[in-house]
Amino acid sequence: MNIEIRWHGRGGQGAKTAALLLADVCFKTGAYVQGFPEYGPERMGAPITAYNRISDNEIRVHSNIYEPDLVMVVDETLLASVDVTAGLKSSGAIVVNTDKSPEEIRPMLKGYGGKVYTVDARRISVEALGKYFPNSPMLAAAVAVSSVMDKDAFIKEMRSSYAHKFAKKPEVIEGNMKALTMTLETLEEQL
Amino acid sequence: MSKKDRMSGNEAVAYAIRQVNPDVMPAFPITPSTEIPQMVSTYIANGEMDTEFIPVESEHSSMSATVGAEAAGARSMTATSSCGLAFMWEELLVAASNRLPLVLALVNRTLSGPININCDHSDSMGARDTGWIQIYAENNQEAYDNFIQAFPIAEDTRVHLPVMVCQDGFITSHAVENILLEEDADVRDFVGEYHPEEFLLNPGKPVAIGPYAISAYSMEAKYNQEQAMIRSKEVIMEVAARFREKFGRGFDLFEQYRTEDAEFIMLIMGSAAGCAKEAADRLRDKGIKAGVLKLRVFRPFPAEEIAKALENCKAVAIMDRCESYNGHGGPLSSEVRAALFENRVMTEAVSYIYGLAGRDFTVDTAVSIFEEIAEVAGGQKKAVQNRYVGLRTRKEQ
Repeated sequence: MNIEIRWHGRGGQGAKTAALLLADVCFKTGAYVQGFPEYGPERMGAPITAYNRISDNEIRVHSNIYEPDLVMVVDETLLASVDVTAGLKSSGAIVVNTDKSPEEIRPMLKGYGGKVYTVDARRISVEALGKYFPNSPMLAAAVAVSSVMDKDAFIKEMRSSYAHKFAKKPEVIEGNMKALTMTLETLEEQL
Repeated sequence: MSKKDRMSGNEAVAYAIRQVNPDVMPAFPITPSTEIPQMVSTYIANGEMDTEFIPVESEHSSMSATVGAEAAGARSMTATSSCGLAFMWEELLVAASNRLPLVLALVNRTLSGPININCDHSDSMGARDTGWIQIYAENNQEAYDNFIQAFPIAEDTRVHLPVMVCQDGFITSHAVENILLEEDADVRDFVGEYHPEEFLLNPGKPVAIGPYAISAYSMEAKYNQEQAMIRSKEVIMEVAARFREKFGRGFDLFEQYRTEDAEFIMLIMGSAAGCAKEAADRLRDKGIKAGVLKLRVFRPFPAEEIAKALENCKAVAIMDRCESYNGHGGPLSSEVRAALFENRVMTEAVSYIYGLAGRDFTVDTAVSIFEEIAEVAGGQKKAVQNRYVGLRTRKEQ
């Protein structure tokens, strides 16, 4: 296994957090991981990029990722301003957070011929958590589409991660878990 | 026993600080090193360490307070980046010339301007002649390991000099990666208790630290300081050997990757060394004998050892992540070329400037540099010194 993922989001939406959580959960399955952000101007709403390398072998390269296997777009409005499919492998995939279908999104991807998936992270997050935090649904989508790990193992590990991360506000744990399972179920239809 | 974990370079250094549990840590926040004092403060608030943390109003003060605490007899350290280090300038010299074995966790970031928060080595390279030992890390593991080794090096009676432990801002400081962490007790045992021989808060043996020295004594003090820097080389190697024996990892003054029979060597420091190694592997697969010399210790400068390591190669690419604005190349290039000449190693030496202010350095770039120095060595191409790699053309902008 040797998977490279590029995340596109806007400052404050949690794309970096999602990348770090993905590194975290993959580490627990014994993989070598890398999760890192690329900062432009640090301000809310500015486009940001984050990256993951997940591998069975030690990771030595410390550069950005130019030919990803998977692109995660946390904010649909970035499709108009950022070349999100740049270098994306044709054998790879892109996941966009939107209420549109993959068929509606594809024409906005500059002729990208690989797999396109969509997740309505807003609907899922609001339904599961009562608030809009796209990173849990997007994290689940990244795991489902990339197959970096088994879904049951992912759910199990995330429960313990959230228990640790939200030790001081345990009331949000169930909502986040629900957001993960809802995303996995929604994507089943597309996969 | 080592524990497998994953964390960022900043988290790794903060974890090491908790384990070492120094007596005093004054600090002022600056990107990208801010997380280090922030995490240490959390450890202290949680009762996991009992370091006296002093929040100060500037880096001039953080280094002054660190100098003062160390002079008083306390094991002391601080952390900073970029302009924070520049603002410490006067105290960096005071720390070294007063032979105070304090430690600075530096997270490398470019100096202004243009103002920018990303990595290059211009901050630490600017401080290269302030009398500090400088150790550089390729990844979070080395940042952790080097930090633990810094105290035994600095405090050795043959050395008594401050140590700057450097890692690349964002590239390693903010990247979560796998790491092996050691037990608290093992780290504390390795670092040992601090028993300074002479210090201010010692009424039985009064000393003055930092008094005026007339010309009759000043030059001798400077000579002694340089002798300590020369002696520190063997201490760094001893501490590295002890670390390797106890924890099974690490390098001496530099790491040599596939250099035994290498015809083309890239000499590089910090996080970019991984791309260089990957490039060397790709070229080896094509039958080109490439290797990497990753410099770990820049001060003291291992001139003779580097020259010896390069004596059999046909060409070396010297990679500076810093511009000296001297019309003659970066600091690493100047020192390596002087070392080669002094030791009569007449290999082709081509200097490059890369990665300024966070410009990405990729495996493809490293491959192209190896190919270029092979052409220079083969006589197909004339060497162009101090070329900026990865520079965008006007059209690309």
